[in-house]
Amino acid sequence: MLNDHILTAITFVPTAGALVVAFLPRKGRVIPAFTLLVTLVTFVLSLHLPAHFDYAHHGFQFEENRPWISSPAIRYHLGVDGLSLWLVLLTTFLGPIGVLISWRAIETRTREFYFLFLLQQTAMVGVFVALDLFLYYGFWELSLVPMAILIAMFGPNRGRAAALKFFLYTFLPSGLLLVAILWLYAKTNTFDFVQLQALLGNGTFAPQALWWVSLAFLVAFAVKVPVFPLHGWLADVIQEAPTAMAMVVAGKLGLYSIFRFNLGLFPAQSRAIAPLMIVLAVVGLLYGALVALAQTDMKRLIAFSILGNLSFCTLGIFCFAVAGLNGAVFQTINEGVTGGALLVLVALLYERYGTYDMTLYGGLAAKLPMLATLFVITSLALIGLPLFNGFIGEFLVLSGSFQVHPQWVAAATVGVILSATYMLWMVQRIFYGKESSLVVNRPAFDLNVREQLTLWPMAILMLAMGVASPYWIKAIDGAMSPLAGNATSVPASPPAAIQLSGGAQ
Amino acid sequence: MNDALRILPEIILTLAGVLVMIADALLPKLSSRKPLGWLAVLGALAALGASFWQYQLPAGAAYYGVVQTDAFSVFFHVLIAGIVLASLLITLDAVTPETEGLGELFALMLFGSVGMMLMTSAVELLLVFVALEISSISTYIMAGYRRKSAKSPESALKYFLLGSFATSFFLYGIALIFGATGTTRIGAIADAIATANPSSALLYVGLAMVIVGLGFKVSAAPFHVWTPDVYEGSPSPVVALMSTGPKAAAFAVLLRIAYGALPQLHADWVPILWWLAVISMTIGNLGALRQSNVKRMLAYSSIAHAGYILVAFTALSADGVAAASFYAVSYAAMNVGIFAIVSHAGGYDDRLTLIDDYRGLAYRSPLLGGAMAFFLISLIGIPFTGGFFGKFYVFAAALHSGMVWLAIIGLINSGIAAFYYLRVVIALYSRPSEAAPALALEKPSLALLIAIFITSAATLILGIVPGSVLDAARAAAQTFTSVGQDAATPTSSSVDAVRTGR
Repeated sequence: MLNDHILTAITFVPTAGALVVAFLPRKGRVIPAFTLLVTLVTFVLSLHLPAHFDYAHHGFQFEENRPWISSPAIRYHLGVDGLSLWLVLLTTFLGPIGVLISWRAIETRTREFYFLFLLQQTAMVGVFVALDLFLYYGFWELSLVPMAILIAMFGPNRGRAAALKFFLYTFLPSGLLLVAILWLYAKTNTFDFVQLQALLGNGTFAPQALWWVSLAFLVAFAVKVPVFPLHGWLADVIQEAPTAMAMVVAGKLGLYSIFRFNLGLFPAQSRAIAPLMIVLAVVGLLYGALVALAQTDMKRLIAFSILGNLSFCTLGIFCFAVAGLNGAVFQTINEGVTGGALLVLVALLYERYGTYDMTLYGGLAAKLPMLATLFVITSLALIGLPLFNGFIGEFLVLSGSFQVHPQWVAAATVGVILSATYMLWMVQRIFYGKESSLVVNRPAFDLNVREQLTLWPMAILMLAMGVASPYWIKAIDGAMSPLAGNATSVPASPPAAIQLSGGAQ
Repeated sequence: MNDALRILPEIILTLAGVLVMIADALLPKLSSRKPLGWLAVLGALAALGASFWQYQLPAGAAYYGVVQTDAFSVFFHVLIAGIVLASLLITLDAVTPETEGLGELFALMLFGSVGMMLMTSAVELLLVFVALEISSISTYIMAGYRRKSAKSPESALKYFLLGSFATSFFLYGIALIFGATGTTRIGAIADAIATANPSSALLYVGLAMVIVGLGFKVSAAPFHVWTPDVYEGSPSPVVALMSTGPKAAAFAVLLRIAYGALPQLHADWVPILWWLAVISMTIGNLGALRQSNVKRMLAYSSIAHAGYILVAFTALSADGVAAASFYAVSYAAMNVGIFAIVSHAGGYDDRLTLIDDYRGLAYRSPLLGGAMAFFLISLIGIPFTGGFFGKFYVFAAALHSGMVWLAIIGLINSGIAAFYYLRVVIALYSRPSEAAPALALEKPSLALLIAIFITSAATLILGIVPGSVLDAARAAAQTFTSVGQDAATPTSSSVDAVRTGR
C-alpha cells in the first residue's frame, strides 16, 4: 500500500507544506519551524525507499502509473531505480539542512522564502522520480522558477541580474529540450520513458535522425550541470543565492538527466559525442581548479571548485565504463553533500565576520575549534582523502576511465592535485597563521546547537559514504551496468554524426 | 422559437444591455452606477449559463442558415461569456465617483460581446461582417473612455481609423470571394471551390484581404502597430476585455474561414500564416523587451501570443484547431487576470504604469503580488499553468505536422519572452526603491477578488487538469470535418516546401 504511493507522498508533501506556509502568521519562528517539520517528514518518508528497495531487481520500483491526460497521451508515471534512489534521498536529506541554515540568515520575507523553498523541493524530487517525459519536463521547468525568484529576492548585491542570467541560461536550452521531447512524441506517440527506451532501443530510428534530438537533450542538461563552457551563470548564482538554494543549484539535476536520458535513450549518439564531452570535462576540470586558485572570495572559489568537481562526473559518464559510471553517480551525491557543507561553512563564517574575502581572515582555528574541525573534515572529503566519500568517487571515476582514455585521465589527475592545493590553501589562510585584525576585533562564537545539527549529519555522511561505500554502490551499480552495457554494445559513431559533431564544436 | 434558442446568449446579453441603458437614464445623475454593473454581471452570468446550455442543442443552423450552433461556436460562446463576466467584475472595482458614463460602459461591454459571440457562430460572411462591426464599434468607444486623459481619446481615434480600414479590407475580401464562388456561405464556398474550380486570382486576392482584415483584429504582425498605443491609452478594464474577447472571436472566424470555407486552398494560406506566426512572435517579443510600461509590454506580449496561436493554424489537423481553441482559453484566463491586477494597481486613471512602479507590490499586498506573479509565470509558459499547456499543445500540433523549424523558432521566442515577464516578477518581489513613489493600494473590492479568483483558478486548472477543456476543444475541432480528411493528408508536400525553403 505504502509502496504504491510513497513517491507521490515524497514529492508532494512539500507542496502541501508550502500551501500551509502561505497562510501561516509571520510571528516568531512559526514558519521556519513548520517548514523544518515538513522537510523532516519528507526525509523520514524517503527513508522508506532504501529500506524497501529490492537490490536484485533492475528496473524501476515503487512505480505509480496512471493516465493523467488522455490525448496527448500523458501519464502520471513515477518510479525510482538505483540511480534516482540516492538522488531523491540526497534532496530530502538536504531539505532540513537548508531550513536550518536559513534559520537566522533569512529574517525578512520568511513566508515567501519558505513557500518557494518547499516548492523547489517538490520540483527537484519530481525531476528524479518522473518517468513520463511531459511530467519530467514539468518538474524540470518548475525547478527554475522558485530558484530564480529567490535569487532575485535575496541576492545581496546583484541578485536581480544573477537571477535573470540563471533563468535565461537554463530556460532557453529548455525550449529546445521541449522541441526534442515533442518531436519524439510526434514520432512515437508516447511520453513514457520506459516505452521510449524500448522503442528507441530496437532500432526504429536511424541514428542520424536522433542526433539532433539527443543534442538538444544534452545541451539543456549540460547548461544545468554546468559543463564547461556553459558555466557562465554558476559563479554569480552561487554568490548571490541564499545558501540553502546555492547548495542545490548545480550538479545533480543536470547530471541525473544526462544519465537517465542521454545514456538511457541515446547511447549511440552519446558515444558519438563522447570525445568532445571528455575534452570539455578535462578542460573544465583544469579551468575550474585554476580559476579557483586565483580567487580570494570564498564563495567564488567554491563555485569554481564545484565546476571542477562536476566536470569530474562528466568525465566519468562519457567513458562508459561501469566503474566510471558508478563513480560519477557517487561523485554527484558527494558533490551535493560536500559542496553543500562547504557552502554552509562559508555562510557561517559570513554570519560571524560579514565578509567572504578570505584574505581578511586568519588564525581562526584557536577561536572557533569546532567550526575549524568541520571545515577541515569537509575539505579533506572534497579533495578525496581515503576514508572519505570523495576518495571513493574519484578513485572509481579515474580507474574506470583510465582504461578507456589514459591520456585524458592523466590530465584530469592534475586537476585533482590542483583542487587539493586551493582547498588546503584556503583552510590555511582562514584558520591558521596569525590572527587577522578582523578576527581579533570581532567576538567569536563557536557553533551553536542549530549549526552543529546542520553540519554534523553532513560530516557523518561523508565519513559513512567513505567507509561503507558498497551500501550505496550496490544500488547504483544495478542501474549503471545496463547503461554501460548499452553504450558499449552499440556501434560507436555513425560517420554523419562525426561530421556534425565537428560542426557543433 | 427554435431559431431563437440558437442565439439565446446573444439575446440575453442584448436584453441586459438595453436594461442597463434604460436604468442608466432613469437613475438620478449623481447616484452610483454600481448597481448597473451588478445587473450587467447578472446578464453575463445568464449568458454564460445559456452558452453552457447550448451544448445540449443538436448542432444545426438557424435563420435561413446564417447562424450555426455547433461544438465550435458553443466553445467560443462560453469563453466569451466568461471573458465579459470577468471584465465586468474588474470594471466594477475600478468605479470611482469621478468616472463618468459608467452605465454606458457596462452596456457597451455587453453589446460588444454580442458581436463577438455572433462572430463565432455566423456561417454567412455578411453576418460575420456585421458581428465584427458590432464588436469593433463597441471597443472603439470603450477605448476612449478615459475622457480626461489625452491618451485615451487618441487611442480610440487611432483604433477607430486603423480598425475601420482593416474592416473594409475584410469586407472587400468577402466581396472578392463572392465574386469567385458566387456565395458568401462558409460551407457553400468550400463546395464551390471543390466542384466549380473558380477563378483563382479573385480567390487569392480575397483570401489575402480576409487575412489582412482579421490579422488586424487579432493584432498579428505586421498589422499590429495600433496595439501598444491603444492598450496604453485605454482604461485597463477595457483592455482586459479587448485583448482577449475580440481576439478570440476573430481567431474563431479565421479558423472557420480557413478550415471551413477554404480548406482546399491550404497550400496557399499555410505559408502566409506560417510567416505571420513567425513575424508576430518575433516582433511581439522583441518589442516587449524594450518596454518599461507594463501595459505596453503586455500589448507586445499579446502580439506574440497571437503568433503562438497562428502556429497552431499551420498544423492543418484537428489537433491544430483544438490547440488554437485551447490556447485562446488559456490566454484569456491569464491575460484577463493580469489586467485585473494592473487595473486595480494603476487605478482607473492609470496612475502607475511603469514596471518600476510595481516594485514591492508583493509586500504591500501578498495576494495581488502573488496572483500577478502567477499570471506572469503562466504567460512565460512554466509547467502546471494554463500558459504552458497551451503552448505545449500548440507546438505539439505543429511538430506533429512536421513544422520543426516553426516549433524551434516559437520556443526560442518563448525563451526571449521569459526575460521580460520575469523582469516584472522580480520587480514584484524586490524591495521598493526609495526614489519611486509608494504604490498606494486600496483594498481590492469583492468584485475584483472574484475576478482574480476565477481567472487564477482557470489558469491553474488548465495547467493541471486540462482534460475537460481539451475534450471540449477537440469536440470543437471536429466541427470541421474536412480537417481530418482532405486537408491534412496531402499537405506534407506543400508544408515541406515551406519548411525546406528556410
